[in-house]
Amino acid sequence: MKTKSKIQTRRNFWGYLFILPNFLGFVAFMLVPILMSLYFSFTNYDVISTMQFIGFENYINLFQDEQFIVAILNTLWFTVLTVPAGIILALLLAVLLNRQIRGISFFRTLVFIPVITSMVAVSLVWSMLYEENGGLLNTLLGYMNLPSVAWLTSTEMAMVSIAIMSIWKGLGYNMTIFLAGLQGVPHDLYEAATIDGANAFQKFCKITVPMIGPTTYFVTLMALIGALQVFDQVNIMTGGGPVNATRTIAFHLYQYGFQFYKMGYACAAAYVLFILVFIVSLIQNRSSKKWAEATV
Amino acid sequence: MTATMDITKKKKKPGDVVRRVLMYVLLVIIGIIMVVPFLWMISSSLKEQYDAVKIPPVWIPVPPRFENYVQIFTEQPMLQFMINTIKIVFFVVLGQLFFSSLAAYSFARIRFQGRSVMFFFYIGTLMVPTQVTLIPTYVMFAKVNLIDTHFPLILPAFFSAFGVFLLRQFFISLPKEMEEAAEIDGCNPFTTYWRIMLPLVVPAMLTLGVFTLMNTWNDYMGPLIYLTSPEKYTMTLGIAFFKGIYTTQWNLVMAGSVLSVVPILVAYLCAQKYFIEGIAFSGVKG
Repeated sequence: MKTKSKIQTRRNFWGYLFILPNFLGFVAFMLVPILMSLYFSFTNYDVISTMQFIGFENYINLFQDEQFIVAILNTLWFTVLTVPAGIILALLLAVLLNRQIRGISFFRTLVFIPVITSMVAVSLVWSMLYEENGGLLNTLLGYMNLPSVAWLTSTEMAMVSIAIMSIWKGLGYNMTIFLAGLQGVPHDLYEAATIDGANAFQKFCKITVPMIGPTTYFVTLMALIGALQVFDQVNIMTGGGPVNATRTIAFHLYQYGFQFYKMGYACAAAYVLFILVFIVSLIQNRSSKKWAEATV
Repeated sequence: MTATMDITKKKKKPGDVVRRVLMYVLLVIIGIIMVVPFLWMISSSLKEQYDAVKIPPVWIPVPPRFENYVQIFTEQPMLQFMINTIKIVFFVVLGQLFFSSLAAYSFARIRFQGRSVMFFFYIGTLMVPTQVTLIPTYVMFAKVNLIDTHFPLILPAFFSAFGVFLLRQFFISLPKEMEEAAEIDGCNPFTTYWRIMLPLVVPAMLTLGVFTLMNTWNDYMGPLIYLTSPEKYTMTLGIAFFKGIYTTQWNLVMAGSVLSVVPILVAYLCAQKYFIEGIAFSGVKG
């Protein structure tokens, strides 16, 4: 008994010692900031004046701020535009590329290039492609005798254009995860279905989709969390414009926190985003469970 | 696999050839959609100022204007951007590998008290949006006068819950006998970790390494918030800033973009396996 507790003490000593360096950093740059952010969100902290506790005022102001309401709606709109389409396309692409044919790894490499490239470089080149006069996309539309589109300069199209680019950029990422999931689907299922005379579409609906349920769940969750935090492409391509058409929560937070130095207010916005991410993940969790029950 | 092959071989119809051709056509179309923006980036980076946005589009500029690349180095601190980026990436990758592997080893191999609670906390933070910690972290670095230095971009990046989680999964899969043998040979847990276990997870370390390299190289928000003077900028922030200076000079903006993309592309082509593993892993966490 004594030796057993001695062993445990020794284990604890080494266990804690190994974790300690990482844990200190984790506390300093993760746990403490999470709590500080919550605290700031109840203050008028703005770097210059003395910090005062103001209760829920920031939150009340946020929801009375038309720009912030627009930002929430835009963020949700971006999420709706990018997540379902992005995932369906990625799954179809993964199924298409999940076979041993000549040159397949070359195509996988191509699809992956946008993933490893920075959002900044991608946003810059797409800004040029989206140029209204002389941009490549409008030139191509012109060849097909179609009218040009004000990709980034019209309030209706700006968010859609950013969404198209984001789907393009994320396609390889989601596809890779789906490919990993597809490797886990036993081949005899397809063989049995082939013998039973199932066609490719039936196999996709009845075998592939149900079998990669868990993968789809994670891909969707990651895509949702990512989409709700959209910032880089907005800041580079449109700066939230035209007329707030692409103002997102993360952009609003950046502008108020780091350009107007309304830190307390920005922290409240960060917590609203946090809660939104949490709620969306919960809904997704619930609905995917229901969906899994329905399909099995 | 072989069974399906046999079946299809027996019933080889002319339809299969058509199907195969159609599939290649589809693949080529997808390939073009993926690659054209990058080709356009390169092509534009070699054009005269007004040829970048011109009807009809110029695909291959004759003669190519390599001076664009010289110009961004002479007019902007491009070389400094590169040095800064390499420096930050170097420290972040090394630091993150060291701190993550140490904690991951402990979580995976040492049965200390409170292990699962601590691990739960680590995993839980993976869900927290980065924006939540952004402002307090900024405030902390402002208090110690480290804004506009590379320090805030390096130090917090050492401590990644994702890195701990990734390496832990690899450490868990190692056989227990390795440690027992090391212990009998008189290794203390640190030497066991350093000499015996760490060499066994080199592939996982490479996976985490390239994943971190990619994310640090491509990071935009961090540099945007912390760096104010151009000579401190990273390449990613630098080229974003080009858009503001060279408003109509797409050729120069694209030359900068090409320079920022090429190193990561080369790294990807050299270590493709590890990049893909990192991505695939990031999707199955949780």
